[in-house]
Amino acid sequence: MFVRGLKRKCFDGEEDIEGTLAGIKAIPSYNLQRQSLLDMSLVKLQLCHMLVEPNLCRSVLIANTVRQIQEEMTQDGTWQMINTQSTGQASLDRLVSTDILCRSSREQAEGKHVPGYSTFNKDFEGNQAQDNSETASSVQAPRNLQSNAWEMENPQENKGNFQKSLDQIFETLENKSPNSVEDLFSEVDNSYYDLDTMLTGMMSNTKMGHCDGLETFSSPATTASNSNCKSDLNELDHIVEILVES
Amino acid sequence: LPADIISTVEFNHTGELLATGDKGGRVVIFQREQESKHQSHRRGEYNVYSTFQSHEPEFDYLKSLEIEEKINKIRWLPQQNAAYFLLSTNDKTVKLWKVSERDKRPEGYNLKDEDGRLRDPSMITMLRVPVLRPMDLMVEATPRRVFANAHTYHINSISVNSDYETYMSADDLRINLWNFEITNQSFNIVDIKPANMEELTEVITAAEFHPHHCNTFVYSSSKGTIRLCDMRTAALCDRHAKFFEEPEDPSNRSFFSEIISSISDVKFSHSGRYIMTRDYLTVKVWDLNMENRPIETYQVHDYLRSKLCSLYENDCIFDKFECVWNGSDSVIMSGSYNNFFRMFDRNTKRDVTLEASRENSKPRAVLKPRKVCVGGKRRKDEISVDSLDFSKKILHTAWHPSENIIAVAATNNLYIFQDKVN
Repeated sequence: MFVRGLKRKCFDGEEDIEGTLAGIKAIPSYNLQRQSLLDMSLVKLQLCHMLVEPNLCRSVLIANTVRQIQEEMTQDGTWQMINTQSTGQASLDRLVSTDILCRSSREQAEGKHVPGYSTFNKDFEGNQAQDNSETASSVQAPRNLQSNAWEMENPQENKGNFQKSLDQIFETLENKSPNSVEDLFSEVDNSYYDLDTMLTGMMSNTKMGHCDGLETFSSPATTASNSNCKSDLNELDHIVEILVES
Repeated sequence: LPADIISTVEFNHTGELLATGDKGGRVVIFQREQESKHQSHRRGEYNVYSTFQSHEPEFDYLKSLEIEEKINKIRWLPQQNAAYFLLSTNDKTVKLWKVSERDKRPEGYNLKDEDGRLRDPSMITMLRVPVLRPMDLMVEATPRRVFANAHTYHINSISVNSDYETYMSADDLRINLWNFEITNQSFNIVDIKPANMEELTEVITAAEFHPHHCNTFVYSSSKGTIRLCDMRTAALCDRHAKFFEEPEDPSNRSFFSEIISSISDVKFSHSGRYIMTRDYLTVKVWDLNMENRPIETYQVHDYLRSKLCSLYENDCIFDKFECVWNGSDSVIMSGSYNNFFRMFDRNTKRDVTLEASRENSKPRAVLKPRKVCVGGKRRKDEISVDSLDFSKKILHTAWHPSENIIAVAATNNLYIFQDKVN
């Protein structure tokens, strides 16, 4: 395969099967194993861990692993092969359903705030140029898999620009800083909401998943009907204090 | 209860006190009984001395995220008077706690009676001097300082400086230096945050001051490197004085190489001549004078090397194990899975695996060495790798500063083991 130093199988327990004569279960090829590891890593990066900030060290290590796999795949030309294969469909279904759990319906409709499923556009734009004619967004190798998935769900949303780069994951993590108040609110039509409603909406929805928290921006009806919506003056003062200090 | 999971363990400088912090933000301090001549068979046991709530959960409204109350680290200050002082930290805020005893109370006030009610001044006919009378011992913990709002990222380490006036707190990307008296500002001494977060590939994982040189500290990274810095050279210690890294072994290379090289803990030896680092599979001892490789490497659980993919899948590969020195720097200890912990004697090169579990150890019984069977025939009493319980992990351990007493945290249980009495 490649002359790239010694590689190790990343699948555990397969060594046992090697010895059997029948060989009923074929050992997954290195490419498949590697692809599976890549998929698993991307899922790990996407999974929203509820309310607590994700562990930065873990995210960085996973991201580095993904980059490493990508680099290797580029070097041995596997990256282009993926377009033509329909491998991994079974695992894709599993991955799709996991992904959907993490996204609010608004995100799916608009394709926003989804950390890249098919990231690393920088290095691979050149390879995929021929597929780019229809969509404005740059296409990455796993895009075909992705586009298949989204066509199953939202055919017309396929051109939605939800393919953020891995780098933007870190921006997302990083932008949760007190200084990006403007960023936080920039996607919201300010004329529609006032600060009170929005913030109390955030507070009342604290028990929902972090991803679902974004729904507060899109559904004024729910916040209005939420009985917790009534702002506690003290808490509001506290929030204003934070905004002012930052 | 998840809130009872112990998240840090630390002896104080004399070993008289042992503090634990848990996921629920509580600190429990144990005190060693004075050894009495009458009960010589009961060598100083540790009993609960004080319990208090150090941190509460908070909510960051701007980020719409919870700030966990889990105590990440506790560090004691050396004792300077009758009271005890410790630092405890969660992800964002460090607190200085004073723990003091009260065993007397004043009685005989003139203006109020014993219940504290004010007396009618017109009824007072004589003056008396209040006296101190003994009372039942009461231990109170009071927060003396709160050091907040200095960390954007999660605090992983705190370390008290040998000058006893300053300490540092380290998060994923920055290290700050504090003066104990000043809570509204800190000095940033290390900052590895890239201008463009997209370029982030390495984070700070642990940091510690040198035990004797108050200008020297080390910090470890997720890429398996250690940097030693001298605060005298510059205000911002972005340029290290020494850089410790072991060259990669090409025969062991895999997609998980970097992850398992990430250092989860770094500790100076008591002598200050060595540092010990823990990565996923090994403990390494480094000589401060040799940067290109460790002088000793100990395998904690090398049988996991062939299981890395599964451990990556279930996230166990990201577990952060700590490591500790004994008082004389001759033995080092670190935890593993299945409630196992390992000790390595640096002189004899012998090692032992022990287990912290109720079923396998009655009080006062001698711990039986355990063994993990790697392949082939499993002997009786051995446990095979596939039978290990990865939910039972020993991440936090502590060693008494001068005696052979160790504290081992196994999820929500604390075990204290002592040398066998002859």
